[in-house]
Order: sequence, then structure tokens, then C-alpha cells
Amino acid sequence: MKTKVLLDKKAIERTINRITHEIIEKNEGCSALSLIGIRTRGIYLANRIQAKIKGIEGIALPVGVLDITMYRDDISKLKSPVVQKTEIPFNINNMTIILVDDVMYTGRTTRAAIDALMDLGRPKKIQLAVLVDRGDRELPIHPDYAGFHYSVNLKEEVLVRLNEIDGKDEVVVVRSE
Amino acid sequence: MKVLIRGGRLIDPKNDLDGKFDILINDTTIEKVDKNIRETSDTIQVIDATGHIIAPGFIDIHAHLREPGYEYKETIKTGTMAAAKGGFTTIVCMANTSPVNDNKSVTEFIREKARSEGACRVLSCGAITRSLKGEELSEIGEMYEAGIVALSDDGKSVKDAGLLRKAMEYSKLFRLPVISHCEDESLAKGYVHEGLSSLINGLEATPSIAEEIIVERDIALAQYVEAFIHLTHISTAGSVEIIGRSKKKYKKVTCDTCPHYFTLTDEATLGFDTNTKVNPPLRSKKDLEAIREGLRNGVIDIIATDHAPHESTSKDVEFNIASSGISGFETALALSLKLVHDNVLTLKELIEKFTVNPAKLLNLPYGGIAAGKPADLIIFNIDIEWTVDRETFLSKGKNTPFHGWKLKGKNLLTMVDGKIVYRDTKAIKG
Amino acid sequence: MNWGKKDLLGISELSKEEILFILDSTESFKDISKRDIKKVPTLRGKTVITLFYEPSTRTRTSFEIAAKRLSADTINISADTSSYIKGETLKDTARNLESMNPDAIIIRHTMPGAPHMLARIIGSSVINGGDGAHEHPTQALLDLYTIREKKGQLDGLKIVIVGDIAHSRVARSNIFALRHFDTEIVCSGPPTMLPPHIETLGVKREYDLNKAVRNADVIMMLRIQKERGGTSFIPSTREYSTLFGLKKEHIEKAKQDVIIMHPGPMNRGIEISDEVADGPHSVILDQVENGVAVRMAVLYLLIGRES
Repeated sequence: MKTKVLLDKKAIERTINRITHEIIEKNEGCSALSLIGIRTRGIYLANRIQAKIKGIEGIALPVGVLDITMYRDDISKLKSPVVQKTEIPFNINNMTIILVDDVMYTGRTTRAAIDALMDLGRPKKIQLAVLVDRGDRELPIHPDYAGFHYSVNLKEEVLVRLNEIDGKDEVVVVRSE
Repeated sequence: MKVLIRGGRLIDPKNDLDGKFDILINDTTIEKVDKNIRETSDTIQVIDATGHIIAPGFIDIHAHLREPGYEYKETIKTGTMAAAKGGFTTIVCMANTSPVNDNKSVTEFIREKARSEGACRVLSCGAITRSLKGEELSEIGEMYEAGIVALSDDGKSVKDAGLLRKAMEYSKLFRLPVISHCEDESLAKGYVHEGLSSLINGLEATPSIAEEIIVERDIALAQYVEAFIHLTHISTAGSVEIIGRSKKKYKKVTCDTCPHYFTLTDEATLGFDTNTKVNPPLRSKKDLEAIREGLRNGVIDIIATDHAPHESTSKDVEFNIASSGISGFETALALSLKLVHDNVLTLKELIEKFTVNPAKLLNLPYGGIAAGKPADLIIFNIDIEWTVDRETFLSKGKNTPFHGWKLKGKNLLTMVDGKIVYRDTKAIKG
Repeated sequence: MNWGKKDLLGISELSKEEILFILDSTESFKDISKRDIKKVPTLRGKTVITLFYEPSTRTRTSFEIAAKRLSADTINISADTSSYIKGETLKDTARNLESMNPDAIIIRHTMPGAPHMLARIIGSSVINGGDGAHEHPTQALLDLYTIREKKGQLDGLKIVIVGDIAHSRVARSNIFALRHFDTEIVCSGPPTMLPPHIETLGVKREYDLNKAVRNADVIMMLRIQKERGGTSFIPSTREYSTLFGLKKEHIEKAKQDVIIMHPGPMNRGIEISDEVADGPHSVILDQVENGVAVRMAVLYLLIGRES
């Protein structure tokens, strides 16, 4: 097993800064905007982005948590899919929602997340922000904001570690021999 | 045609023999029992029993052969083949056939069928009451003439104590013992024993007292009219206590139990395996221990099988509606030998409970090996290990809770009236 | 935790961890029923059969709603419409149903062990929806969920179960479940309805309802099952109501925040008075609501993935 660091703490900070600025720019300020993190690491990224927007724009955007387990299309293949709560304490109707996830890969997670959101209401727009886009899409879905592109080969796996849950910030590529 | 069995250890409690004896059989009878019989002849068949036990053929006083009426469960032919395999040379079949054995024509039918098709000797038990309904006496005298050796309404108790009293009195005319199935109907509404297991599995349950109340009643009645009473398939600690106490003041009381009552407890019913459904039900650990103690101290005289074969469809149903009973002939010896291996009984005591004691109860000329007597004997080994496989049962009834069990001890040869009716071809050559 | 069981036949075969896992999973499913769109695609393409040999509206409806909210297809078979009456054995029925490849069969039966028999015969998941006086596992799970929801926890509670304990699958399953926790379980009812040896299950016996309810955190009332000969154990329902019917005076003896539960359907005026059933301590309707969520969780855990 070989590990290569793609982004260190500093680089993650810079990447999130950039994504934040792009979100503000694209949405021309932040009215009727909310952030929804996809379990598990998307939650912490959404929180960080929310804090940064607050620092820049002075607005505290509502943040929600989405668990997509019930919407997955590969649920029967998972060993022990633990269902956790979806917590979106605000009305998403007519909102612009930024879905936040750590790694973008096949697009299936995003598809599930969009379906889950649609069952909760009718948002005006859904945009997608990811920290790492590792390519190899299986669905025609693309992120609106991608922190870092990295083409992964078959033996590699991208892991995002965040301080809130993993004790440190880094993005690494693990290569199995 | 002569047969010489040599090299085995003969244990015959009736004739107080235990040791290396050879046995010479001439046609249907025993000619000689002695040390080192030297008999040379071209036609003699010699059986080597070295390393094995020779005993009088076992007598089972409680079995269900299902014929006439329920031939899909068992026939006299298949039942006796299974019995012979299990080491039984004489079996007594209960009256709950269809039609019920409550008149001489059924008794004769069984007798004749057994004579032509039976692998071992079949005696029958006549019904106490017509159609087992508990209302009026059946024709006991006529059945006696046709050959019944006991009376029983097995399957239920005679509810009407007055009627049972008459049966006990009347049967004295023929010295026929009354065999009591002890169960108070109003208390025995369940499918399992009332205890810890029924508390967990929620099945309607029958308490021990349902049996004990009738044990007490039937002994009291017998004592009052000075009749013989035999209590069959005793299953509870209370019954053992009552019978032990009664035997001290009244001599005409005997009883039996079955291998499942000293082998299994109600815990076996927890998985709803219908093969564990039996009547009376499998009891608690305390009861099982009392049964073993009763066997040890002699309160329980006889071991019977209560062989109750059933077709698979009557067991492949919900526990409540499944038929009760265990196909018992082919596991009885090995399960009982466990009592010897566990030092509950000596081998001699165990053989007593299968031979001389039942013979005494029913006034039978069998149960011993002596010159001039019918050549009914078995050769078995107490150490051979084998695994119960119901598919290999000769009985039509594959209903056993012991499928897959590893048991120790096996019958190897059964001889009835000088004729070898079962032989384990691997163990006994010739 | 990794859920590894094919069937849910009884609480007695679940560990404490498994019980808590189901309760925790239930949290997420409860929210679905509160949304405008009360449906998730989780069990799309799965088939769930309810096979009921005993009349039941509540349990069956609850299971059906649970399955539908998870997008499973549901088929209901009841004894009066099935071939059972025509004499088909459970074994044959099971094999026939199996040929239609259902993913789960929920069975309710008058006889204990029928679900176990079904589970032995077929490969689909089997859920016990109540078997005679044996078990009713989803009822106990929804009861525990409701208690935990109202009390915040299961440990440290005094729970009183009142009624025909001997013939109650609800009581059995609840006792098996609550035993895993640090609870004081007291059974109350006429002596004819409290089975012998019940203390061996770790519960107390108190015939006097007035004493039993003292300081209770939870009072769980059982139904007098008139349809199943339940009345032969008491002289009359009127007398039962006098001695064991839950009334306001009992509530006053319990803890101030006591909750009153009933598995339904209630015999108002027999085991429970109107003022208690409809009073502020009653959580009977919460039980019904939670029942759907618990059953969604159970269905999801059993058939939501390949075995």
C-alpha cells in the first residue's frame, strides 16, 4: 500500500476558499441559498463553506445534512448500509441548493442526492460542489464547483480526511500493490 | 436345523446367568445353555458372538403398529421389522387402530396378520371401552379368548372412575392387567409440558399434575378392588414419587417409562420441532432426573418404547396440529444403554426392564434363555457408535427427534423362535 | 453493526445490540412519514407478502404502509381469501408463495411456531407478525421505541404490564426485549392470567393493580382477547374491569410523567377507561405511528440488501 498526499491542510483551506468565492460569484450574493452536505464528509465541508461565506458576505446560510442511503441504486450490494438521519431544518422550496460532497466519482451518489432532495420539495436550482473530482463518470452529471481534479487509475483510491472526523486535514491517494 | 451361538457374554436376569455361555438352538427352541458346547455337525450354523452381549429377546409392552386402518403410518410388517432391528422379539400393540381393537375379530385379524407377515411376535392389548370412548366395557372375555394380553384405552384415560373400576374388577377373571394412560383431560389441554419452555414458546401446555392426579386415582381404585394396575409412559417426578410410595403398601402396581423421558426435556420443544411432540409431553430436567432415579431404584419396572410412527405429512405442520409420537423401536436400545454408560443402571438391571419384568407383568413364557423355552434372543454390542439416520429406519415412521444423534450401542442379531429375523451383516458373519 | 439475519421470528433471538440497532435505524424512517412525499425508492422492485391467518387490521395495514413507503410491492393474503380454508397445508402454501419469488413474507398465525416453520421451508425473509401466544416482535420493537422516545432511555424504568400475560404474545415479546435493559418489570393481572414460573423471566408478579402501578414509568395494558377464549379465565369482563381496568385513580399512583400504552385494538371500558385512553398520559396513537417506522426499518434491514 502506497500513500501519496494530494492536498495538505493548507491546500484544502485554499481550495475551499476558492470554491466559496465561486459560489458567491455565481449566485450573485447569497439570497435564497442554502448548503446541504452529503453524509459523512460533505457535512463538514458544507459547514466550512458556510462559515467562510458568513465571513465574507455576513450572511449565515442555512445548512442541512442529507443521508442518501435510502436512495442508493447499489443498496443491495452493500454489506451493512446503516441508515442515518437526514436533517434539513428549513424549507427547500424555491431555494438554490448547493450540494456538498467530498469526492465526485461515478455520479451515482449525486443522482441519489438529487432524488432525495426532490422528494423533500421543489428547489429552484441544485448546484454541486466537491472537494475532489476523480473522474470516471457513469452518469451525465458534473460538478459546478470542483476543488481539485485527479484522474485515478484502477488500483488507486482517493481518501479525504477532515479534522472534524479524522483528526487531520488531507487528501491522499492510496495505491494498492 | 441347529444353530450354535458361541463366544458371547450371556446376561439373563430371569435365570440369573451372567458369563460366557454358548447356546445351542434346535429348530424353534433352546436345546442347551452351557460353557463351551462342542457340537459338530455339517448342518449346524455357528454364530460367533465374541465381544458381544447375548440377552433374552426384548419385550415391548407398548407400541403402535397402526394396522388395521392407518397402514400409511405403519403396518404390522414394517413395524415388526423395525422392532426386530431394535432388538425386540415380542411386542404388544395398542388398541387405537381403525377399527379399534375392542372385539375379537380385530384381535384375530392382528394375530393372523402378525403370524403371516410379522418379523417378530405380536401380542395385542384390547381396548377397555368400546371405541375407546370411555362409555361402556368392550368384550374383554372374547378378546381374551382371541389372545389379548392386557387392557388399555391408551391415548387417553378412562375418565369415568366408576367404569374403570368395573374394568379392573372384570379383568380379574382373566388375570389381565389394566394398563393406564394417565392424563386428566380437563388439565391436559396443551401440546407441551407446562414449564419454562412453554413460558417462552407460548404453546398451550399440560402440567405434570394432569398425569399425577390420574396416577393417584388409578392406584387408589386398583387397591380398593385389589386389581393389577400398570401405569404406562410415566413422565413426571410426582408420578415416580406416588408410585414409589404406593408400592410400599400395595404390591400389584407396576409402571414403565420410555427412552425419550429419560433422554430429552421440554427444552427440545423450543425450536418447534414437531418430532419432539409426544404425549405425555417431554418434561423438565427435574422430571428427567426423577425418572432416571426411579429406574435406578426400581420404582420403574419396565422400559417401553411407545413406538408411535407417523407419516411425514402429519408432522410437517404447525406444532399444535402435528400428531403426537416418536418412532421409537430403532433407537430404544441405544438410548437406554446410555443409562448403563452413565452408571444409572447395570447392564443386568437394564435387561431386566426389557425382558423378565414385562414378561412377568403379562404372564408371558418369554424373557429368559433356558432349555426347552422358545428361542427368542438378541445379540448386541454396547460400545459400537453409530449415527441415527431416520432414512435408514425400517419403520415407516421417520418421526424421531434423535435424527443425527451419535449413539453408543447397537443390536446386531435378533432371533425369534429360533429364526434369525434381523442380522447386522457387518458385525455378525454367517 | 452488521445485520446478518434473514428472518425476524422473535425478540428472544435478538441480542441487545440488534434491538438497539433496529431502534436506531427507525429514527431515520420515522421522518419519511412526516414529509409531503412519504415514499423513498429503497425497496423498489421488491415484493412483500402479508399472509394473515388471523384477522388483523392494524398490524397488516402498518406493515403494508411501511412496505409501500419504501416502494415495495405488497400483496395481502388472508385466511378467508386464501386456500387455507380449502385444506391446503402451511407447507404447501409456503412453497406456492415461494414460487412467486417474494422477498419477504409477513405471517400472522394463531399457532405458535408457524413463522418458524415457514422460515425453515422457504428462502425469503420471514417476519413474524404475531404467532399465537408466542411472539409479536415488531410490536415489542415499536413499544420500546415509543418508550425510549418518551423517556429518553430504557434503563432505570419501572414498567408494569397488565392483563392476560399468559396468552399474550405482546407481553412475551416485550418482556424478552425489556429484559436486556436495566428495567423493573412488574406483571399484574388475575392469577389465572399470569403463567406459572413467570418470575424466571426476571419479572415480578403483583396481583393487586393498585400496588403494581406505584411509581410506574410505563403502564402497558393488554387486550382481553374475547375472540380467543380469553374470557374463560375470568368470571366476567365486568369483574375484570373492576379489578384490572386501568382508571384515573391508578394513574395518580404512578409517576407524574407515566405513559400509558396499549397494543390495540382497545376494549374501552374493560381493560382501559375512556379517560385514560384519551388522557394526556396516553401514547397509544404514538405507538401506531411508530409502528410504521419500526416496520420500515425491519423491512429495510431484512430485504434491503442481498444476503
